[in-house]
Amino acid sequence: MTKKLLKGNHALAEAAVRAGCEGFFGYPITPSTEFLEYMSSRMPELGRAFVQAESEVAAINMVYGAACAGKRTMTASSSPGVSLMMEGLSYIAGTEVPAVLVNVMRGGPGLGNIAPSQGDYNQMVKGGGHGDYFPIVIAPASVQESIDYTMLAFDLADKYRTLVYVIVDGNIGQMMEPAEMPPMREIPTEAPDWAVTGAEGRDPIALSSIYIDPYDEEVTNLRLLKKKLEIEKNEVIFKEFFMEDAEIVIIGFGTAGRISLSAVREAREQGIKVGLIRPITLFPFPFERIAEAAEQAKSFLVVEMNTGMMLDDIQVAVKGKIPVEFYGRLGGVTPFPDEILSEINRINENPPTDPNLDARADWVKRLEKAIEGSN
Amino acid sequence: MATLTTDPIQVYKRPVGLTEVHSHYCPGCTHGISHRLIAEVLDEMGLREKTIGVAPVGCSVFAYKYLNTDYVEAAHGRAPAMATGIKRVRPENIVYTYQGDGDLASIGMAEIMHAAGRGENITVIFINNAIYGMTGGQMAPTTLPGMKTTSSPKGRDVEMAGFPIKMSEILATMQGSSYIVRRSLHDPAYIRKSKKAIRKAFETQVRGMGFSLVELLSTCPTNWKVTPYEALQFVEDSMIPVFPLGDFKVHPEIAKLKV
Ligand SMILES: Cc1ncc(C[n+]2csc(CCOP(=O)(O)OP(=O)(O)O)c2C)c(N)n1
Ligand code: SF4
Repeated sequence: MTKKLLKGNHALAEAAVRAGCEGFFGYPITPSTEFLEYMSSRMPELGRAFVQAESEVAAINMVYGAACAGKRTMTASSSPGVSLMMEGLSYIAGTEVPAVLVNVMRGGPGLGNIAPSQGDYNQMVKGGGHGDYFPIVIAPASVQESIDYTMLAFDLADKYRTLVYVIVDGNIGQMMEPAEMPPMREIPTEAPDWAVTGAEGRDPIALSSIYIDPYDEEVTNLRLLKKKLEIEKNEVIFKEFFMEDAEIVIIGFGTAGRISLSAVREAREQGIKVGLIRPITLFPFPFERIAEAAEQAKSFLVVEMNTGMMLDDIQVAVKGKIPVEFYGRLGGVTPFPDEILSEINRINENPPTDPNLDARADWVKRLEKAIEGSN
Repeated sequence: MATLTTDPIQVYKRPVGLTEVHSHYCPGCTHGISHRLIAEVLDEMGLREKTIGVAPVGCSVFAYKYLNTDYVEAAHGRAPAMATGIKRVRPENIVYTYQGDGDLASIGMAEIMHAAGRGENITVIFINNAIYGMTGGQMAPTTLPGMKTTSSPKGRDVEMAGFPIKMSEILATMQGSSYIVRRSLHDPAYIRKSKKAIRKAFETQVRGMGFSLVELLSTCPTNWKVTPYEALQFVEDSMIPVFPLGDFKVHPEIAKLKV
């Protein structure tokens, strides 16, 4: 196989097709729309189901139906659309059927804008819908990773009968990069034994998220929690760069992590001992690796395209051992490598010493100055 | 003395399509009658082992316990979307939703309209009891003008709360629908007609002819705060004038069918 120049949304969609997705249900929204457009021709061509739903509410409930029917199924949307899907996502989680959601995140809250953002971290990683459940969340940083992790998303969804969210920002959805597609997977001929297929020669199956007796719901919640613990044990994925002797460690996911890598490379050329950890699974989160890195590094710099949502998780891992600094751009603004490089330089010249420093408050002052300066 | 020479003939039995459990429905509620009709029709058509039902949120939330087929339980109002997802990936199965009026005509208005609009090849059994049964008797989009509910305590004031929504009439305007009728469960003759309609609705789906819906006027003695007998009278005297029974759209192929 050779690499081809592929657009993020198209690559994500084709990867889902090759992973054996038999039902796509969606509603147009920038910056994820090309996903739906691609599926509108590709799925029927293969004799697979495609419906442009009347809303994201309907789309996710179609996914819910197809998932109960035992077929690989998914939807793709962007932030405001994903908000509308929260009801269905919670039902899918409660019924313990596998499904995949791709969220191409944009600036918010509200209608916000169509520019790339990571502002849905909390909504995606911490559940978002009602009740106790734990979707797997994967954050690719390139078109190739989008392909690879979409394939994985379907496998993990089936393995744990869980929701898997692949979250990228609009940059990755819209950009074109050379990437390689894996071969088409075979569609299984047998339905899983838990699926509704018509009760031919067997007792009927009922799939539901209702547990009217609280003791039954408690057992269900406990089962979901144990699944979460199992996932945390087995499925953590991250990448790291220049970590051997790093004194300053940058942590960022998706686009923020990728841009940080450019800054880290430059800083290394200047002789600064800086490394990067880029979490790929945001749930399960690489707490262990980050705690370990906190033993080695003098300080952390968390870089995000939001107000520091992952920062809170990093601080949990660091347990106040070393100072953690933060740099974020908001509302659909993507940081430039230079901005991160100057953060690295600042930290290198004036290393923070107070492990209890209020990273967010300090950064707000710096960002306000930067915004003033650019006006 | 004359002796009985012929073996007894069984004239009445529990359909295989109904499970042998006691339902949670209130005495005099006609939800149970519609369940039985569905079960009989699926048995007679030999479809039970091919069928996947979609239960709503409402008093019939546990329909899956009573109907002896595969079943899923949808979110409030979303049954037609869920049914769409199932039918599109399993066109070989028979898929139907069972929905109350709050579920179908209020929170699920978008889902039902678009399922019909797409001509989704599913069947909908729509129970119109003019009230929200499960939550204790609030006003529904189908509540009659002047009818008292816990959220229209002085009677539905059309100036404030508008008019009952007539779903069959609306859905009949959708090009994607092939069979849209309204029947009633308030007495045996009407129940027999309801069964025929349910049969025709499933026949529509078996033939791949698109969206089919049977609206059934149903009772809720508990929340109407009347006896079961008075509830049946109420359907006849007060509901039918607002929700006239009839065929609103019947595809000519289905009209020809003798069932
Ligand atoms: C999203 C959501 N909103 C509200 C409810 C509460 N609720 C449960 S059943 C119901 C009304 C059901 O009425 P109807 O569809 O007429 O069915 P019936 O109980 O009369 O058979 C409501 C509002 C819910 N379960 N979910
Ligand atoms: S509350 Fe009304 S609709 Fe619900 S079971 Fe009782 S009588 Fe039937």
